[in-house]
Amino acid sequence: MCLAIPARVVDIGPDERAVVELDGMRKEVSLALIDDVRVGDYVIIHVGFALQKLDAQEAEKTLALFMEMSREVAAFEAEASPSSR
Amino acid sequence: MKYVDEFRDGHLAQGLAAAIRRAAKAERAYAFMEFCGGHTHAIARYGLADLLPSNVRMVHGPGCPVCVLPIGRIDQAIQLALDHRVILACYGDCLRVPASDGLSLLKAKARGARVQMVYSALDALRLAQDNPEHEVVFFAIGFETTTPPTAVAIKKAQAGGLANFSVLCCHVLTPAAILSILESQAARESGGARIDGFVGPAHVSTVIGSAPYEFFAQEYGKPVVIAGFEPLDVMQAILMLIRQVNEGRAEVENEFTRAVSRAGNEKAKALVAEVFELRKAFEWRGMGVIPYSALKIREAYARFDAEQRFSLTYRAVPDHKGCECGAILRGVKAPRECKLFGVICTPANPIGSCMVSSEGACAAEYSFGRWRT
Ligand code: SF4
Repeated sequence: MCLAIPARVVDIGPDERAVVELDGMRKEVSLALIDDVRVGDYVIIHVGFALQKLDAQEAEKTLALFMEMSREVAAFEAEASPSSR
Repeated sequence: MKYVDEFRDGHLAQGLAAAIRRAAKAERAYAFMEFCGGHTHAIARYGLADLLPSNVRMVHGPGCPVCVLPIGRIDQAIQLALDHRVILACYGDCLRVPASDGLSLLKAKARGARVQMVYSALDALRLAQDNPEHEVVFFAIGFETTTPPTAVAIKKAQAGGLANFSVLCCHVLTPAAILSILESQAARESGGARIDGFVGPAHVSTVIGSAPYEFFAQEYGKPVVIAGFEPLDVMQAILMLIRQVNEGRAEVENEFTRAVSRAGNEKAKALVAEVFELRKAFEWRGMGVIPYSALKIREAYARFDAEQRFSLTYRAVPDHKGCECGAILRGVKAPRECKLFGVICTPANPIGSCMVSSEGACAAEYSFGRWRT
């Protein structure tokens, strides 16, 4: 029940409610726990509530870090064992 | 799916695995506990353990909310449904958790109890609005992620003057459980399982922030890396933990910066503080009674407290004799060390709580593990 994934806000209604889209499916969730949500934002949904907004910039940074790591390791391994290429 | 698929990329996973192999020193062993059931699930589902070198071991922790619920609490929920004839609303994962007398909420339902699965606390509230002639009790379980939604439901019930709604509050606290693990580790320092650091909770941390873990890093010298639930997040966190251990550091680091800040979600925290207060003691499955490890409903909202409303008392009930859930939740044993695993105990016929939810260590091992070969 902890598994929750980021969903995109597609509509914001009255009474702290919003519609989010998740893998092509639409779902109504509560925005009672977070402020300043806009249509287009990604939010982490858990048991019908948006728990937190997703920071797109931070997500990009983390991904960039993964890629850099992969490249570094690939370069290192290529250097360490040139014969295996 | 954006923000999901990128964090599951197989090529990058191989890169991270190579980086982990390079970082892990051959002359030592590493053991890290993933606290959350969500991480347990990710590790099993994506076979992450297979990507790790043999000297890096992951130990399952007690962060599966369904698994840590003791039999006595399920018994209370069943008692409400069977004896007090309430409509009992609960999250789907609770339905099949074994309770006393061979019962579960699902079996109680077959006996005529009105047990209703809900997706959200607000669905339970709606159930009460739609059935004014019936008492509706929400069986509220979970860590800091499900607690704010319960607080919202109680506040809405108060505002709407809803007279037939109450909550059986079984919300538990993550830091208290980590502390209990560290204390029992310290007591067993000679021999026993050693844990070098923690993969910190993802969604729990979106609410409570990273600050509460600083105490563990400082006082117990254990590194904590908060990680998202996707496989690359977990791999990266393991790499960060290995580096901390190698460098002799014990700090709180945050891999999940896209959703977790140091302070967490202030609005959610304030709502929780308004509606709940600490319980002096709460029994956990497998970990015994842990002081100040759970929440109860404040006096100002006492009319929504099902324990008071139905004069419930708590009775501790021992687990099934052969079940090793207790040792598994404390990180001392692995699912396969249980004699009942896969033989008598399966997801279709769970003997213990760890076999019920997909985040439970036994269920994750059964569904995705390589144990059959
Ligand atoms: S396999 Fe079943 S009986 Fe054994 S520890 Fe896991 S849940 Fe308990």
